[in-house]
Amino acid sequence: MYMSSLTIDAARSAVQECKTTALALVEACYARIQKDDEQIGAFLTLCKERALEQADRIDRMAAEGKPLPPLSGVPVAIKDVMSTRGVRTTAGSKILGNYIPPYDCTAVVRMEAAGAVVLGKTNCDEFAMGSSNENSAFRPVRNPRDLTRVPGGSSGGSAAAVAADMAVVALGSDTGGSIRQPASFCGVVGLMPTYGRVSRYGLIAFASSLDHIGPLTTTVKDAAIVLGTIAGRDPMDSTSADVPVPDYVAELEKPVRGLKLGVAKEYFGDGLDDEVRHAVESAIDKLKSLGCEIVPVSLPHTPYAVPTYYLIATAEASSNLARYDGVRYSYRAPGVKSLSEMYRRSRDEGFGAEVKRRIMLGTYALSAGYYDAYYLKAQKVRTLLTRDFEEAYRKVDAIVTPTSPTAAFRLGEKSDDPLAMYLADIYTVTADLVGIPGISVPCGETREKLPIGLQILGKHFDEATVLRVAHAYEQAA
Amino acid sequence: MKVTEKDVAYVADLANMELSASERAGMLRDLNSILGYIERLNELDTSNVEPMAQVSDRYGVDESKQGSERFAYTYRDDVVEGLRKSLSQEVALENAPDADGTFFRVPKVIER
Repeated sequence: MYMSSLTIDAARSAVQECKTTALALVEACYARIQKDDEQIGAFLTLCKERALEQADRIDRMAAEGKPLPPLSGVPVAIKDVMSTRGVRTTAGSKILGNYIPPYDCTAVVRMEAAGAVVLGKTNCDEFAMGSSNENSAFRPVRNPRDLTRVPGGSSGGSAAAVAADMAVVALGSDTGGSIRQPASFCGVVGLMPTYGRVSRYGLIAFASSLDHIGPLTTTVKDAAIVLGTIAGRDPMDSTSADVPVPDYVAELEKPVRGLKLGVAKEYFGDGLDDEVRHAVESAIDKLKSLGCEIVPVSLPHTPYAVPTYYLIATAEASSNLARYDGVRYSYRAPGVKSLSEMYRRSRDEGFGAEVKRRIMLGTYALSAGYYDAYYLKAQKVRTLLTRDFEEAYRKVDAIVTPTSPTAAFRLGEKSDDPLAMYLADIYTVTADLVGIPGISVPCGETREKLPIGLQILGKHFDEATVLRVAHAYEQAA
Repeated sequence: MKVTEKDVAYVADLANMELSASERAGMLRDLNSILGYIERLNELDTSNVEPMAQVSDRYGVDESKQGSERFAYTYRDDVVEGLRKSLSQEVALENAPDADGTFFRVPKVIER
């Protein structure tokens, strides 16, 4: 079975019509992984037994002529921050290097219930903290489009797995851009849904008010299918919203003519690479030619988004990561003599440099005497950033921006300068803070053949419009 | 320099980390660089702005908010094993670095 750019519908109907089998699709993916993944490093753990069992179940249904659920036989890669029962789940960290969850993440359960076949767990920045995938405790991921470049982060393994045809779709997580930025760097589609749209039950927490699960795919339609599968209220996650889930695939076919798309000058300022600017402006022209009305909007607090994000995300992380104490699960340093020494040495040896940096920054921002100046201040600026979008959405249906200020950078290029790395998230963090959905869709390449991403941001719970605009652009481009 | 060596030691202590001498030196440099950048938030007057800890703070169901049911939290009945059965003791201990079949085992607890 030729895997290149296989879509969900193509895979499912080929299995349904017995032109291929789910087993053949899984084996094709494992063959590709065997051949290419030593170089790329997209996967941390493969779960062949689980995959073959599921493929067998699907193939028996197909052989009996039963109608197959929408993702039947579709090989999927799961970012290693989502718990999988009986399958090692590390969050890219040494501290969880031997952790085997006793339960499944809801998003994974829903994918498998729809017939998808989980191939394995993808590499990522440790605890999803990073923009290049260089913070994985195991190994960096390389960009399949140029092995000297990073795939972006933190869902770098998921983006690379889809870009390199090692999986048809992948799930990632996005706290400050971790789905959209790697999608942009690897030339695939990445969707972050509205906060609350997809259950986080079973997601290893980084920053709870910002964490989202979403798909990485080759087409916008596939992103719509996966979102429809994983979205909706889950009693196991009290932050999952009780909001009806529309038929996203049907929504794709609605016309975009007459939609008002906002363009904010704050997303086209200093630091934006010329080639990226040109590609995104051309994409906006294309949307205009499709009948969208382009409306200037202002998001004046944009320059404050990155500092706000790095206070709120690190404060929440410092609290969430307090659970790694070497007692109930997680790494324990050998030869410790007291409880206090056990905590300290286990955390010292188990966490990598960036995770420690963020725990320190977050702890500092929450500590007595600094809480008001840093954490509370950031929460107030979060309100200002949110008001910017409320104001803009009075005038427009969605907002179009670049996903990232540059195309994929080189391995090592920013790894010694945390601040430079944080600024790679400048166009993505605000959507996480405001809780609105956003997608990155490929919109051309640089002269060096590196992919560029167009970001489309929508209103709360209006993924349908985001997907519709992205689909219209993709079909026209 | 806003953050001092003493601050780094104090914060590491709060976070239950030790950090090597070179890690502490790196932390001093990085925290000052990042906090220097974060200073720009002080350009904004936020004296009359409500803080937003999470999305539902602004869009929750309270009348003081914008009154959308969409960000209401999911409620459930407070009953034992209401959503799923608790993990068995055996399963709960499976990932423990050290356990005796009944309890998690840790080094002797001594005053710091």
